[in-house]
Amino acid sequence: MSRYIATRAIRGANALVTEAEYMLAKALAEKGPDTPVAFPNTAYYLPVIYGMTGIAVQKLGDLKPVLRHARSLLHPLPAPRHWTPYLGETLDCGMATLLAAEAIEAIRFVYGLQPEPMPGFRLAGGTAFTSPDAGDGREATDGHLNGPIDDIQLRSWGIQLVDGRMPGFAAIVGCAKSNEVAVEIVRQLQRRNILTFLSGNVNGRSIIHQLIEEGVELGYDTYTVPFGTDTISAIYALGFATRSALTFGGLKPGQAREILLYNRERVFAFVLALGEVDDLKYAAAAGAINFGFPVIADTVIPEILPTGITRYEHVVSMPWNEIEGKDDREKAERLVQKCIEVRGVKVKVVDVPVPVPYGSAFEGEVVRKADMRVEFGGKYSRAFEYLRMVDMDEVVDGKVELVGPDFDHIPPQGHMDMGIVVEVAGRQMQKDFEPVLERQIHYFINGASGVQHIGQRDIAWIRISKAAADKGFRLEHLGKILHARFKNDFGAIVDKVQVTIYTDPEPFHYWLAKAREAYDYRNRRLADLTDEKVEEFYSCTLCQSFAPNHVCIVSPERLGLCGAYNWLDCKASFSINPTGPNQPIKLGRLLDPVKGYWEGTNEYARIGSHGAVEKVAMYSIMENPMTACGCFECIVMLIPEANGVMVVSREDPSMTPAGMTFSTLAGIAGGGLQTPGVMGVGKYYLLSPKFIAADGGFKRVVWMSSFLKETMVAELKAVAEREGDPDLIERIADERYVTTVDELLVWLEEHNHPALTMPPIF
Amino acid sequence: MAKKDYRPEDLSADPAAQQMLIRAEELGLSTAFTRAAELSPCNIGSAGMCCKLCGMGPCRLTKDGQTGICGATIDTIQARNLIRAIAAGSAAHSDHGRDMAFTLKAVANDQTEGYIIRDVAKLRRLAQFYGIPIEGRHPKEIANDLADLYIAQFGQQRGEVVLTKRAPAKRQKLWRERGVVPRGIDREVVEALHRTHIGDDQDPEHILQHAIRTALADGWGGSLIASDVSDILFGTPAPILGQANLGVLKEDMVNVVVHGHEPTLSEMIVAASQDPEIIAYAQAAGAKGVNLAGICCTANEILSRQGIPAAGNFLHQELAILTGAVEAMVVDVQCVMQALVMLAENFHTKIITTSPKVRIKGATHIEFDEHRALTVAKQILKTAIDNFQNRGKVHIPQVKETLVPGFSHEYINYMLGGSYRGSFRPLNDAIMAGRIRGVAAIVGCNNPRSKQDWLHTYVTQSLLLQDVLVVETGCGALASAKLGLMLGEAGLEKVGPGLREVCEAIGIPPVLHMGSCVDNTRILTVLTQMVEEGGLGDDINMVPAVGLAPEWMSEKALAIATYCVASGAYVIFGGASPVGGMPDRVEDSDLVLRYLSEGWERLYGGKLEFVEDADEMSRRGLEHIDKKRAALGLPAYDPKRFGRSGDARILALEALPLRERRAALYGQPSKN
Repeated sequence: MSRYIATRAIRGANALVTEAEYMLAKALAEKGPDTPVAFPNTAYYLPVIYGMTGIAVQKLGDLKPVLRHARSLLHPLPAPRHWTPYLGETLDCGMATLLAAEAIEAIRFVYGLQPEPMPGFRLAGGTAFTSPDAGDGREATDGHLNGPIDDIQLRSWGIQLVDGRMPGFAAIVGCAKSNEVAVEIVRQLQRRNILTFLSGNVNGRSIIHQLIEEGVELGYDTYTVPFGTDTISAIYALGFATRSALTFGGLKPGQAREILLYNRERVFAFVLALGEVDDLKYAAAAGAINFGFPVIADTVIPEILPTGITRYEHVVSMPWNEIEGKDDREKAERLVQKCIEVRGVKVKVVDVPVPVPYGSAFEGEVVRKADMRVEFGGKYSRAFEYLRMVDMDEVVDGKVELVGPDFDHIPPQGHMDMGIVVEVAGRQMQKDFEPVLERQIHYFINGASGVQHIGQRDIAWIRISKAAADKGFRLEHLGKILHARFKNDFGAIVDKVQVTIYTDPEPFHYWLAKAREAYDYRNRRLADLTDEKVEEFYSCTLCQSFAPNHVCIVSPERLGLCGAYNWLDCKASFSINPTGPNQPIKLGRLLDPVKGYWEGTNEYARIGSHGAVEKVAMYSIMENPMTACGCFECIVMLIPEANGVMVVSREDPSMTPAGMTFSTLAGIAGGGLQTPGVMGVGKYYLLSPKFIAADGGFKRVVWMSSFLKETMVAELKAVAEREGDPDLIERIADERYVTTVDELLVWLEEHNHPALTMPPIF
Repeated sequence: MAKKDYRPEDLSADPAAQQMLIRAEELGLSTAFTRAAELSPCNIGSAGMCCKLCGMGPCRLTKDGQTGICGATIDTIQARNLIRAIAAGSAAHSDHGRDMAFTLKAVANDQTEGYIIRDVAKLRRLAQFYGIPIEGRHPKEIANDLADLYIAQFGQQRGEVVLTKRAPAKRQKLWRERGVVPRGIDREVVEALHRTHIGDDQDPEHILQHAIRTALADGWGGSLIASDVSDILFGTPAPILGQANLGVLKEDMVNVVVHGHEPTLSEMIVAASQDPEIIAYAQAAGAKGVNLAGICCTANEILSRQGIPAAGNFLHQELAILTGAVEAMVVDVQCVMQALVMLAENFHTKIITTSPKVRIKGATHIEFDEHRALTVAKQILKTAIDNFQNRGKVHIPQVKETLVPGFSHEYINYMLGGSYRGSFRPLNDAIMAGRIRGVAAIVGCNNPRSKQDWLHTYVTQSLLLQDVLVVETGCGALASAKLGLMLGEAGLEKVGPGLREVCEAIGIPPVLHMGSCVDNTRILTVLTQMVEEGGLGDDINMVPAVGLAPEWMSEKALAIATYCVASGAYVIFGGASPVGGMPDRVEDSDLVLRYLSEGWERLYGGKLEFVEDADEMSRRGLEHIDKKRAALGLPAYDPKRFGRSGDARILALEALPLRERRAALYGQPSKN
């Protein structure tokens, strides 16, 4: 701190705590102490309060001790002369500010004032695979800002945060110099895949207003989340940070110091204050500094350069007028660079030569029909993508060829057939890596702003927006993207990359047929690839930066619980980076083929978990189940009364027969703890013949989130066939019909579920 | 008395002291200042070459190869003289600690009057460290167990003094290897006396090994107990505003000066002075109330905890009486000059001795007893108030300075991160980056053999300009306080650029007041915590730090120096070594002097050296700090890299008229 900042932050803290006390008194009088208080879809109550104090606020009355504690953290302003020290005092006041801010937002929820209403606004919400038109007319995303981030989104971002695709997050507070500057700053952050949270205002004008006016899509899908137009809503960023520690770090509520240090060490976040910094912003910044998050301002404020609470500088001032640069874009780039430097964020920017902004932050961008220039695939046309390895001399590195016409002759919102063939060569390349690389095409193409990619193989579906086409985006740019990204991301196994795009019908059909042969071959190879046929599994410690004691063991028939890494992925990853997070585990002696114990896997579990886990059964939920970080797609949990298990998807916010929602269950399943009867898994593991094979396999599934049933119709049908009961899926209950154990038992009886007649599960 | 021409400005750097020395001269009264000028020290004794341990002597050795009657060589005699001084210093601190432990025991058992357990958190933290159960127990039960544990350390015969476990693990291991872990506090002192009896230990290195053990029984024993228990009973210090120098005495109030070392009595006098009964009593006597002020380490104790002003350091004890404004000077133990009584006879001042261990012929004795502490305190104050009517002409120098004391290691931990993030990380970071070049502990006494406060403040200020963070205790701390170095403002104006950034970020003075001389253990705790925080090596001797006592004079100071060396510190003492020998005249008479430096450094990584010149003290200190920085692989000190941060720019902009200010701070608001 400096005395100036300390004075303003302490003043802001005193004011906000007083305001919170006033609001609480009013709410208690009007609504009563037993009025429920909650943020939507989270198991962590009011997360900052829960993390810092251990108090699980469920009713208005529960806020009273919280605000008492906040008040006890307040201090008087430093004297103008002969002052006593103020750093610790200011940080305490910052913490008081956070507690008060979260209490205020909670009270606003009670009054229906959160998420903040914003008529006419629509969030770019939903998950990564939302279909292009799904956003239309969905009320949940309309007419208000985002408010707090729910647990589902937190978990789905988890893997990106841990594997570095998302290097950190920025909490922007205030209002940029101009709309253009606002857009440039956000674009620069998006280009670096930095998750951006927006809040605050200067004299009533917020960066959120600026971005909406400029037509920038805001929401989960674009990594740019509008919290609210006041400073108080910035608390949601710290709620996200606190939950990261609880979800992935295995920390317990009330372990305030550990949670804060976890954030300092592992969560690369910073505060970017745009425009005038008022008392409350100083106070909130002091709160953020407790988390080790530095503050960068685009105005003149005192700098705090000594380090310690944060890893590098605490407060940095970079007045916009003094930033060197010929235009707003260059200035924005410098400013964002500075933020990254101050927080020590590790950012890898790939220069992709396309005429539109490019970065993972655009991966979730939706191109709606009305904004579309042209589409390939979908209902009216066909698109495919095929990656194959060839000999070195068959590839001209960097060559991108379009065979057939571009889309200029297609009328607006029209469609055409298109195939992408990527040919790669490299000394370390293996045929098994083809599908691993091919699946990346989805992410790579999606990174271009105004381009949307859905699906894979011959059900790919690509849309290009009018805006992107107007900026000059053409088909050859798809090739340029793929070349740049494959060379950058997979340079260790790929030496040369050549892309050919076919729109001419004759070669299109020729290559589509060749691609289908390859898909077929790969399917057979994959079906053939069983745990018994390999000599090594792979470890995955990708999330140990977040969940220090968790270790995944990935086998051909059991993919990683995040769903993102299967055995082949790990093998490829090991080739790319031999000292990286995926290491081969020599299986050694088979100790128990049913439960899935090998000498090698047990030993690895012990070492990899730093002694936290002694043994791991690969095929059982009841005995030494595999641990989980927090990024799992599903939770499998024993329902003893039903003699089976339920499977809850992370997209499913409803109540389950276990009496807990996904979010609450996740607290039991995560954090690297081994809990018999509870397991976090990737959803494709459900389809594996090795799915809890030791406990009876898939037939044990008595309840399953309808989301899973609907998104894996064909796959589940195949499993049912394999299990010898084609109607099996219909016998499994879901949340639409069953949310209690009693209802479940009735359902199982009525539908004659096989689990009832199976041997006792334990 | 003999007339010599003393210039007050040569005797003290403190203008208040200078005024009082002029006053003394006017009245024809002697002080320690004038007596020192008139009494030359014995040159043989001050070289440590005189042995008077038995009736065959005293033996004064002044020739090459000469031995005592028993055959004792010069180095043996010097080592024996030194260890006896260390044993006395250790005994003084530790006996203070013992009294504190007994007080804690009495408080735990409701046998005292007026005391409570003020810092329950520290009590629990310490108890937990020693494995004393704390959950679900009343603080008094815990205090009783802790008191028993601490009391037992004094009489313990075997094993290890339990407080040594608070040192860094590597240091403990080293002590075990060197065989210097103290077994029991009293035992080491007794053994030091035994070993130096005629015809005992006559191997200087062996004697000095035990000197280390005796000193460790103080620093990681008795002194640490004293600080711990004082914090538990009277509160762990935290920053508070205070004042220092004779100007704190008040013309219209009954001035009671408390002087000595133990806080048990002085804290109770503080409480009694605020009692309505006492205030009314004082008013009835025609005064506005009772004004308390401290001298020496009693001053430091109540200044750090209650903000009670300090009238001055050791050499101010006579000067306070010379003001004619002191109704009573209440003394307990250590550093109380017998001269006070004779001097006070010229004024109305009553010298009141209170310790059962300390009486001075001619003084009023009102014995302190913790079982009736408040009653005794009131009795003392009433005696002082009754004396108010006898006051004659007063000469209070209008010199005083404000300071912010109270930097316990607990508060330092807090100030560097608050309740949630408190740690030594920012301090270590600042040292590692080079914003802070290193840390100097500048402590110790006043010594009339050199100009009062001058050496001390000169070295302090030189080091501040070199970006060295300074921590101080005891009379040295009061010297800096009187000069305004213990204010936040000094952190902006009187330091190098890097240290300025750190002071401004935290809001601290560049010189941190860490308590009384018994509180030097706090400095060791800080060093230990810096080591544990990481980045500055894994033992105290690796930290870029230095200890200095430019104006030392007491045996306690020698004990402190020795336990600091044993803990790995480089300690520089001002003046001549008490065991320096006469190397220019007598061959090998400086063997011990050299052993304290080279020998001890080899064994403990710390060393004790004696330097007379102020610039040389800073130079050696900085050289040592830079050597340690280099050994840790830290960047070389370079002040040019730092100094950019802080309030200066915004404060200048805020002085502009509103429109210009807005434009300068935020740029022109845009219109879209």
